Amino acid sequence: MEREREGKFPGVPTGRFPSGRGPIAAGARTLPAVAAALIVGACGGETSIVSPKGPAARSVTGLWWPMLATATAVFAFVAGMLLLAAARGRRKSDDDAKVTPRWGEPFIVVAGVGISGAILVGFFLFSLSRVQALTDAGRRPDVTIGVIGHDWWWEVRYPNGATSANEIHIPAGRKVRLNLDTDDVIHSFWVPSLGPKIDMIPGQHNSLWLEAARPGVYRGQCAEFCGLQHANMLIRVVADTPAGFDAWIAREAEPADAGAAGGRDLFEHQTCAGCHTVRGTQAQGKVGPDLTHFARRDTLGAGVKPRTDENLAHWIADPQSVKPGVTMPPITLPADQLDSLVAYLEGLR
Amino acid sequence: MSSAELLVPTGQPDEYLPTVGSGPTNFGWWGMVLLIAVEATLFALLLASYFYLRFRAGPIWPPDGIENPKLKLVLIMTAILWTSSLPVHLAHSAAKKGDTGKLRAFLAIGFVLGATFLALQVGKEYPDIARHEFTPRTDAYGSMFFTITAFHGAHVFVGLLMSAWVQLRAWQGAFDRHRHVSVQNFVLYWHFVDVVWLFVLLSLYISPQF
Amino acid sequence: MATTVGGTPPPPGVTTGLATPELLEEHWSETPGLGSFLTTVDHKRIGKRYLYTGLLFLVIGGVESLVMRIQLSHSNLHVLDPETYNQLFSMHGVTMMFLFATPVLSGFGNYLVPLMIGARDMAFPRLNAFGYWVFLGAGIFFYTSFLVHRLPDAGWFNYTPLSDSVYSSGPNVDFYALGLIFIGISTTAGSINFIVTILKMRAPGMSLNRMPIFVWGELAMALTVVFALPALTLANILLELERRAGFHFFSAAGGGQPLLWQHLFWIFGHPEVYLVVLPALGIASAIIPTMCRRPMIGYTYIVLAEMAIALIGFGVWVHHMFATGLPTIGLGFISLTSFLVVIPSGVQIFAWLATLWAGKPVLKTPMLFILGFIVLFVIGGLSGPMLAAIPLDQQVTDSYFVVAHFHYVLVGGAMFPIFAGIYYWVPKMTGRLLHEGWGKVSFWLMFVGFNALFFPMHILGLRGQPRRTYTYQAGLGWDFLNLLETIGAFVLALGILVTFVNWVWSTKRGRPAGPNPWEADTLEWATTSPPAEYNFENIPAIRSREPLWDQPELGPHGQPVEAGGRGLGGGHNTLVTSLLEAEPEVVAPMPHESPWPFLLTAALLGVFYGLVIRSWVFWTVAAVLGVISVAGWFWPRGETQET
Repeated sequence: MEREREGKFPGVPTGRFPSGRGPIAAGARTLPAVAAALIVGACGGETSIVSPKGPAARSVTGLWWPMLATATAVFAFVAGMLLLAAARGRRKSDDDAKVTPRWGEPFIVVAGVGISGAILVGFFLFSLSRVQALTDAGRRPDVTIGVIGHDWWWEVRYPNGATSANEIHIPAGRKVRLNLDTDDVIHSFWVPSLGPKIDMIPGQHNSLWLEAARPGVYRGQCAEFCGLQHANMLIRVVADTPAGFDAWIAREAEPADAGAAGGRDLFEHQTCAGCHTVRGTQAQGKVGPDLTHFARRDTLGAGVKPRTDENLAHWIADPQSVKPGVTMPPITLPADQLDSLVAYLEGLR
Repeated sequence: MSSAELLVPTGQPDEYLPTVGSGPTNFGWWGMVLLIAVEATLFALLLASYFYLRFRAGPIWPPDGIENPKLKLVLIMTAILWTSSLPVHLAHSAAKKGDTGKLRAFLAIGFVLGATFLALQVGKEYPDIARHEFTPRTDAYGSMFFTITAFHGAHVFVGLLMSAWVQLRAWQGAFDRHRHVSVQNFVLYWHFVDVVWLFVLLSLYISPQF
Repeated sequence: MATTVGGTPPPPGVTTGLATPELLEEHWSETPGLGSFLTTVDHKRIGKRYLYTGLLFLVIGGVESLVMRIQLSHSNLHVLDPETYNQLFSMHGVTMMFLFATPVLSGFGNYLVPLMIGARDMAFPRLNAFGYWVFLGAGIFFYTSFLVHRLPDAGWFNYTPLSDSVYSSGPNVDFYALGLIFIGISTTAGSINFIVTILKMRAPGMSLNRMPIFVWGELAMALTVVFALPALTLANILLELERRAGFHFFSAAGGGQPLLWQHLFWIFGHPEVYLVVLPALGIASAIIPTMCRRPMIGYTYIVLAEMAIALIGFGVWVHHMFATGLPTIGLGFISLTSFLVVIPSGVQIFAWLATLWAGKPVLKTPMLFILGFIVLFVIGGLSGPMLAAIPLDQQVTDSYFVVAHFHYVLVGGAMFPIFAGIYYWVPKMTGRLLHEGWGKVSFWLMFVGFNALFFPMHILGLRGQPRRTYTYQAGLGWDFLNLLETIGAFVLALGILVTFVNWVWSTKRGRPAGPNPWEADTLEWATTSPPAEYNFENIPAIRSREPLWDQPELGPHGQPVEAGGRGLGGGHNTLVTSLLEAEPEVVAPMPHESPWPFLLTAALLGVFYGLVIRSWVFWTVAAVLGVISVAGWFWPRGETQET
C-alpha cells in the first residue's frame, strides 16, 4: 500500500521490513533455542546451586525450579503479546488505533494486580516455609565446628579442640553446625552445592547448617568482598564417612610428628614460627594458618594451588606472585635449605 | 516607606496578578520547606542510628561506666533556645505588618539568644564533658553524643548566619508588608531547629535516665 | 491597563500583558561567549550539559567494564592486578550510578520538564546551574584519584570494616566518601528544583491528572531523593569521622556496629535504584502513546504505580542483607514487601501492553529501544522476586546471578529508555533527526550484545561464580560463558558507539525535524526545534491530557490569547500556578545569568580537596570563600527591595 511505504511521519524514513521477515520476527524464532541451550548449561558444574548435594541446597532448588518455570511462562506471555501487538499494528488504521477497548483497564488490574499479586504472595508464603525448614534443621546439630574468617584464609576449630585451616572435614549424612566468626573484615561462607551462605561479621556470631548427603569433596568460596584476595579465598569441604571423620579429627588433634630435624629447625628459627603454629614444636605463631597437619590438605594458600613440592617451594619463596597482597612475606633461602623446609612441611601428616 | 503592590497583566483580558508571593505561592518558601525535609530526614536517621547502636549494645546505657547525661546545664540551654522562638515569631508578625523597627529588634533578640545557646554548648558543656566524662573517641556512645549535638549546633550556627543576613536586609529597608519571604523562610528554619532540639533532648539526655 | 498602588511605573510591554517574539528575545536571550558559558541559567543549555557530561561518564564507566571483562575472559588471567581490578569495579558502580544514570535522566528532566508543563524555565534557574557545576566538579574530584592510582577500591557499596582506616588506609575511600557527599549536594539541589517546578509552574489548566507521565516520573524521582539521599550522606559523614577523627560508629571494638553502615547505605541504595528507574519508565510512557498513535491506556494506574514504587521502595532495603544473619521475623517482613514492590512495575508493563495492543505501534528506532526495554526490564523483573525469596537469595546473593538481575533492570530498565529518549528528543534539541537506519543497527547491536553479556551471568551465578572477584579458577567450566560475556560487552559497546556517531553526524547532516516529527501529544512539541530561549511565546492554557492532539491551536507560534494564552508582557518572568488545579497565582520575575553558581562550586571543590589532602587551612579558606559566594548569590541586584 502506497501510504504505508511513505510512512506516517513526513520526512522520516520508512521501515524496510514487511511483517514476518523483520528483525523482531527473526529474533523471536531463535530465542527459544538459545534459551534452552543456556538453561541446560546451567545445570552442570561442581559448585552448582541447581545440582544440590545436601538437604539444605535441595530445599532451595525445590523453590528455584517452580519460580523459574513461572518466570518463563510470564516472560513468554509478555514477549508474545509484544510481538503480536507489533505485528497486528501493521494492518491497522490510525482511527482503529484510537479506539479504546473496554478490556483495557480491567486487564491492567487483573493481570497487574490480581494475578501477579496472587503469584507473588504465593511464592512468598512458599519461600517462608523453606526458611522455617532451614532454621529448624540448624537447631539440632550432630556436630558443631567453628570457622573463623581471616584475610584470606579460613581457621577451623573442631569439637575435640583440634585447630586446622582451609580444608574443613565434616561427617557425611550428619547435621553439621558451623559457628562463623571473623578476625578482621566481613567474609561470607558459601558452598553452593551444599546450601545457602551466611556472612561472618565482626561482633556477631552467625551459624550455618551444613550437610552433605554423601562423602565427597565440595567446593566453595568466600562470598563477601574482603579485599585484594577475595577471589582466592576458596573453601574445600571434605565429607568423610562418620567413622572416617572421627578418625580424621582425632589425628588432627595430635601434635605433629618430629619430622626431619633440618627442616624443622629452619621452620622454628626462620620467620615461619612468628606466624604459624605447628603443635609439638616451638612454632606457636597465631597470625597465619595452623600447619600442624598441613600435608593432609590437598591445596595450599586457601585453595589457590594444589599442594605439590614445586608449588610449595614457589609459595614460600614468593607468595606475592601466587596471591598478591597476602600477608606472608617472601622467604629467601638457599636452594638446599628451601628443599629441606619443603620436605619437612610435606611430612606434616 | 512605599508599600507598592504591583499587579501586572498576564495577557488574558482583565487578569492582573501580583509579582510577589508569600508562603506556598512563593518558590523560595517551597525551597525552604524541602530543605527542611532533607535536614529532618538526616536528623531522623542520625537518631535512628543512635537507637540502633544503643539497643545492639545491650542493657547498660551509657556503656563503659559513663554516667547518665547531666541535665542542669542542658535544660538551661533548652530554655534559652526555645525562648528564642518567641522573638523570632514576633519578628515574622512585625514583618507581615510592615513594622520594620520591631522586625529588626526581634531578630536581634532572637540572634542573641541563639548565640548564647551555642556559646554555652561549645564553651561550657562540651569542655566539661570532654574533661570529666568522655570524648567522641571514647566509644560509640561518645561519638554519637558529640556528633548529634554538634550537628544540631551546626544547624543553629547556620541559622545565626541566616539571621544576620535577614537583619542586614532589614536594615537596608528591603522588607514591607508584601515582600518579606526571606523573613518567613528564616523563621521556618529556626522553628525547625527548635523542634529538632526537642527530639535530641528526649533521645540523648532524657531517655537514658530510664 | 496596569493597576498599581503607588510605586514605580510598569516596564514597557507590561501595559497590555501581550508578548511578542522581539520583546521575549530582548529579555531572554543570552549572549554567546565564555562569560555566558559560565553564567548561563537556561534550563535547556544546562539540560544538554547534563546529557553530554553524563554520557561521557557512561563511556568512562563502560571502558572500566570492558577492561574488567578482558581480565575475566579466561580463568587465572593476569591482565590486571587485584588492586587495579578492585578500583575498576568500585568506580564502575560509582560512575554508572552517580555520574551517568541519575545525571542523564536529570538532564532529560531539566530540558523537558519546563517544556512539557508549559513553563519558561525551572523554578530556581541559578540552583539549576549550580547543580550541574557541582556534578561536574564531583566527577572531576572522583577521577583525580585516578591520577595518583588511588581510585576508591572497596566497592560502590563500600562496606565497613573493609572501608575503615585499618583495612583501607589510603585516601581511596576518602575520595569515595567525600565525593559522594559532594555530588549529593547536586542531586539534592536538582530534586528540590524539580519538585517546586513541577508543583508550582504548570501551565494553567494542567491539573495534576493532566500532567505527562514523564513529569510524574521526575517528580517521583525527586521526592525519593529528598528522603533517601540523606542516608548516604550521613553514612559517609560518619565514615569520615571514624576514619579521620577516630570516632566509633562501625567498629565492633569501639561499641559500634558494622551493619549500621549496611543499613544506612541500603536505606539510600534501594530507593536509589528506583529513582534511576522511575524517570526511565516515564520516558517509556512518553514514547509509547506517540508511537502507538493513541492515548495511554491506564494513565491513572501508571501514575499511582510510579508513586507506589517510590513509596514501597523505602521498605525493602534489608533484602540486600538477607545473608547477614538478621532475625528471621524482620527478614520475613522485608521479603513480603520485596515481593509486593513488583506489583506496581507489573501494572505499568500491562498498561503499556494494553496500549501497544490497542494502538498501532510504529517501529521506528525510539520504539525499538522501548520494546527492547520492556523485554529486558521484564526479565530483570522476573529474577527480582527470586531474590525476594529469602533462601534462594541466600544462595545467589553475592554471585553473578545478582549481577545479571540488576543489570537487566538498570541497563535494560534505564539505559535502553535513555537511548530511546536520545532518538526521540535530540531532534527537538538540534532540529535534526538522527539517521533511522543506523539507529536500528545500534539497537540490535546493543540488544544482542547486552543479552550475550548479561544473560549467561544468571547461569554462572547458579554455577557458583561469586561477584567482585578479579579472577576465577580453571577447571570449573566457567571459561566459555565468561568469554561469551566479554564478546557481548564489546558488541554492546559498539552499539553505543554507533548511536554517538549517529548523533554527532546528524547534528549537521540529519533530516530537518520540524517542530513535531513524531506527531506527539505533549507540550514540548509545541515549540520550534530547537525551542527559543523563552520556550513559549504565550504560556498556554491546557484543557486535555494530550494537548497537541486535542487543542489544534497549539503550535510553535504560541497559543492565541483568545484560546487562553498568556504572554506575561514578554518580560523575564514566568507564571506561578496552584498545586492541584494549576490556577494562575503570581507572575514571578526570573533570575538572569549569574557567576555565583560557578564560583560557589569552585569554593566547594576547594573545601573537598582540602579535606581529602587533610589541610585544614585549605578547606577553611575555601569554606569562607563559599560563604562569600552564597552572599553574592543572594545579594539583590539593582533593587533594594526584596523581589
